[in-house]
Amino acid sequence: MKKKKLAGIFMSLSLAAGVLAGCSGSDEKASNSSTGKEETIKVGANLELSGGVASYGQSILEGLELALEEINKEGIDGKKIELTTVDNKSEAAESTSAALKLTSQDKVAVIIGAATSGNTIAQVQIAQDSQTPVISPSGTSPDITFKDGKLNDFIFRTSFIDPFQGTVAANFATKEVKAKNAAVYIDSASDYSKGLAKAFIEQFKANGGKIVAEEAYVAKDTDFRATLTRIKSAKPDFVFLPGYYEEAGLIVKQAREAGLDVPFMGGDGWDSPKLVEIAGADALNNTFITNHYSSGDPDEKIQNFVKSFKAKYKDKSPDAFNALGYDTGYFLADAIKRAGSADSVKIKEALEATKDLELVSGTFTLDDKHNPIKSASILEFVNGKQQFKTKIDPE
Amino acid sequence: MELIQQLVNGLSLGSIYALIALGYTMVYGIVKLINFAHGDVFMVGAFVGFYSITILELPFLPALLISMIVCAIFGVLIERIAYKPLRNATRIAALITAIGVSLLIEYGMIYIRGAQPEAYPNDVMPTSKIDILGVSISSQSLLIFFVAIVLMIILQFVVHKTKIGKAMRAVSFDADAARLMGINVNNTISATFAIGSALAGAAGVIFGIYYIKIEPLMGIIPGLKAFVAAVLGGIGIIPGAMVGGLLLGVIEALVSAAGFSLWRDGVAFVVLILILIFRPQGLFGKNKREKV
Repeated sequence: MKKKKLAGIFMSLSLAAGVLAGCSGSDEKASNSSTGKEETIKVGANLELSGGVASYGQSILEGLELALEEINKEGIDGKKIELTTVDNKSEAAESTSAALKLTSQDKVAVIIGAATSGNTIAQVQIAQDSQTPVISPSGTSPDITFKDGKLNDFIFRTSFIDPFQGTVAANFATKEVKAKNAAVYIDSASDYSKGLAKAFIEQFKANGGKIVAEEAYVAKDTDFRATLTRIKSAKPDFVFLPGYYEEAGLIVKQAREAGLDVPFMGGDGWDSPKLVEIAGADALNNTFITNHYSSGDPDEKIQNFVKSFKAKYKDKSPDAFNALGYDTGYFLADAIKRAGSADSVKIKEALEATKDLELVSGTFTLDDKHNPIKSASILEFVNGKQQFKTKIDPE
Repeated sequence: MELIQQLVNGLSLGSIYALIALGYTMVYGIVKLINFAHGDVFMVGAFVGFYSITILELPFLPALLISMIVCAIFGVLIERIAYKPLRNATRIAALITAIGVSLLIEYGMIYIRGAQPEAYPNDVMPTSKIDILGVSISSQSLLIFFVAIVLMIILQFVVHKTKIGKAMRAVSFDADAARLMGINVNNTISATFAIGSALAGAAGVIFGIYYIKIEPLMGIIPGLKAFVAAVLGGIGIIPGAMVGGLLLGVIEALVSAAGFSLWRDGVAFVVLILILIFRPQGLFGKNKREKV
């Protein structure tokens, strides 16, 4: 018996030694890569590849992979970008553990993701602590980079922010539609919707317009007729509806049935094929959205992107998330090139200094809150198809 | 004018509540069970209707009938598998089972086809607008109202003029006495579930056509609202469920019309609390004394 016990102790000791040896080995390797002497630069992607908003994450990854393929043809100063992808299942808790895995196990220099604001915010603390830059391709909430007067200095984004969409929509309503009396109908459960509405109301009033009705719904509602009748009786000549496509589709459909035929406008939350299925092509005529980009924009850079995207993905027309994923790849490559190193802190400094970078979703310069200053596209629905209407630059 | 428009909105919503509430109230009347899976039968009806219209390419009426038949069978299956073995168990056991069945149907549906919503095609029914004195009524709301009323009249006829209806009333009055009179109580209970579920299936198809978007968890809120409607009218009383449903629809429309649209769901449940405090037997119920 005693002998067995001794043998057991010896075995477990040797096992522990083996584990420790393994650890120190991987530590050495990691410190090698962070000094930048290796041939590849490790980049992690923390994206929504399954779950509720899987289509956002998948689209971003398609765009990102296309960009990296192009970048890696020549490499950045001879180095190639190696992508490690983790699925955060569209959940904030999973996003946090994905960030932890990427920073501590894979030792990536930069994390790309997540698609939604909530899942990006979930990895802010880890990114700040481990000094790993995070670039969210499509997180539009201002809180991601700047909250309570404090800048999250390792967090960046490729998209514009919510208030900008609201401001652009208000200017469009005043100048193009010549609207004087607008109604605002928001999703009271969504910060995104409230952020857009706030900016719209401020700008529309500043333009001399009047807000004649302010109403709210809760996500997952299905009956909006009573509230729409109320909005109709306030006689607006424009309705701003910043929500997501499921409810926006139903609202537009029910509004047209109730005889509310004025123009409706929303943000990038409307951008889904389901919107047309739910509302119907007829009801969507005379509605507009602000978006990051349009594949119908005649700009040469955009048309080149559309061409190479279609070549890679079986003639699929790229949506806004594809474009943002693609742009994020180039945004990062540009910074790595200027940093001249794969060191996380140097990349962060180079990202901050980004200026007049020409991308598919517009030429942009980063402001001191890490938000890109760039243009927004306005699209019009014509018989169920999105058509490029105009592009509005920031003032 | 706005008020009339809001009344029309409320009546169309209310007729859907009423159709679901009828199933609640009939089942309660006969086995004293609140069948919480009823809202999910409504969801299944909406999906059966959707697939009949899109895959089998059927027009409205055949799709409605198929959905009603499938739901009737589904309702009987639920009753035979889940509730019948518990017929003599405590009422709380049956109630908990009902909640379990409800969750099983909801998440079984998500397991089978995923959680993404589906959109009813827009051309199932003509969507013309009728303008009368500044009130615009869509032909769909009229049709919904019409279909609901026809189904309720048929139900009244079945309950009061047919043999099975007579049996149902007898079992609900006193199951033991009915059994002594030679009525097959089990079959009568199954028939009640079948009729109630068929009505829920019809409500599902109508809901899909009117509100377009359907998804596996769509039955929860309308199910709860219909339960409120059934209690409002007096649970176990068939005309009570109809009036309760229509009334609740109108109340909700008026709450939104007054500018409190975010309170709409809350108000429905405040109605439930008030009715339970002040008139627990419901609007149509008679105050029964316990016999000593």
